[in-house]
Amino acid sequence: MDTFIQLVVDGLALGSVYAALALALVLVNQSTGLINFSQGAMAVLSAYFAYVMIGWGLPPILAILGSIVVSFLLGAIVERLLIRRFEGGDPDTAVVVTIGLLTLFTGIAGWIWGYNNRQFPSLFPLETVNIFGAVVSVRSIGTTLTIVGIMIVLQLLFQGTKLGLALRAVAINPSSAAYSGLPVGRLLMVGWGLAAALGAVAGALVAPALTLTPGMMDTALVYALAAVIIGGLNSPLGAVVAAWSIGVLENLAAVYVPFIGYDLKIAVPFIILFVVLFLRPQGLFGRKVVVRV
Amino acid sequence: MTLLELDNVTAWYGPVQVLDGVSLSVPDNGAVGILGANGAGKTTTLRAISGAVRTGGRITYDGRDIRGLQPEQVAKLGIAHVPEGRGTLGQLTVRENLRVGAYLRKDRKAVSEDLDYCLELFPNLKDRISSSASALSGGEQQMLAVARAFMARPRLLLLDEASLGLAPSTAKSVYEAIRRLRVDSGIAMLIVEQNANLAFTLVDSAIVLETGRNVLSGTSAELKGMDEIRRAYLGG
Repeated sequence: MDTFIQLVVDGLALGSVYAALALALVLVNQSTGLINFSQGAMAVLSAYFAYVMIGWGLPPILAILGSIVVSFLLGAIVERLLIRRFEGGDPDTAVVVTIGLLTLFTGIAGWIWGYNNRQFPSLFPLETVNIFGAVVSVRSIGTTLTIVGIMIVLQLLFQGTKLGLALRAVAINPSSAAYSGLPVGRLLMVGWGLAAALGAVAGALVAPALTLTPGMMDTALVYALAAVIIGGLNSPLGAVVAAWSIGVLENLAAVYVPFIGYDLKIAVPFIILFVVLFLRPQGLFGRKVVVRV
Repeated sequence: MTLLELDNVTAWYGPVQVLDGVSLSVPDNGAVGILGANGAGKTTTLRAISGAVRTGGRITYDGRDIRGLQPEQVAKLGIAHVPEGRGTLGQLTVRENLRVGAYLRKDRKAVSEDLDYCLELFPNLKDRISSSASALSGGEQQMLAVARAFMARPRLLLLDEASLGLAPSTAKSVYEAIRRLRVDSGIAMLIVEQNANLAFTLVDSAIVLETGRNVLSGTSAELKGMDEIRRAYLGG
């Protein structure tokens, strides 16, 4: 039982990192209809921003907040200068552009900071607490709670504010939204900026555990993509629940299903993905897109 | 007083010229129709006003040249556009669609009064206020599109083919509601319509487009009396 609780809590923490990235993917998809494959690479850049600021002597929490702000600007600039040119065209083209950005950002990070692992301080103390007899790390709990907080803020933003409503309207039909006076261009920049800011959180959560390298987010991105597809591309809550399930099931399968073990555990989310898509193509929480004449 | 004036307006989709000199004027509180066959340039004329296509010529609204403005800037000036295909935001609820319509407004109290008015004008929407727009019937979606445009409290409403794809009785009730909206609010209207019989229930005057240019114009009464109009657009 102790092992079980420990695995679940650690799985939630692992899933929370995927969740942060998955939320960023949902955010971009909600506001532009695109999947941004460079979201993970942008998160890595954000983590390096924080790393540089820590190097200046800033306390980690301030450095991470600073990197969130810089990342927001980076996301907005990428949308304005690059993605904007491909909006309204073939969506496939824009997706290929984001794949190009993935390589570009990873390359930039490697070029500036090299490919050696760098230590990144944890925001949470490296202590453990006792929960029902199980030894659980404070970092796992902190990571999970961070994501819960972000999810609540996002839900409030999208469901409860005028900005959120405008972001959703632009995502659904930009030209129709413009007829109601919505500043489409500015809203798209905000959407990309928010996504990059979320990516910065993901980067800051993952860097202490994996150490900072340019390819640090590659696996996380794959899991996050699985999570948004399982949870539904238009559902922030769905993405988080799916990301947690992946983290937890992956951890449990590695220990309790002998033939999977640690080597094969990366297959777990994809088995889940396959089953979910087979039974519910729109994702667990996603809404079916209905086309009506 | 003239609210909107188009003078020899041209428009292109890429290299293809779609409008070849359209002129019309909409008086304050007036309602003008644009008739014509498929592909004559009716929808493009509305899109030209909204800044959604590349245009030439002169478009004057409320005394200022608005040609070349972006759609959101045109909306800010008080022109609301109900586009072809309605443009309702499918995944949003009816209420959210209406709130998007009122996006530019700061007068909260008046917005909520206008919302009540819309729901009284279109009782169907009242029953569906919390369902998503994509779950509505075609007629209800059209009502929602009109109501959303009204929520901006425009001075000029551009209405593109509100009867398209609707059963005749539904189309008729949509037009009745729009007529009441016109009487109650005094909003000027520019209306594209294939169904001339319906259009004439609402407009004071109309122009007829053929391959991107005006071929006829006149008051509703004048046009209804013309043989070619009767033959081509009124079914007899």
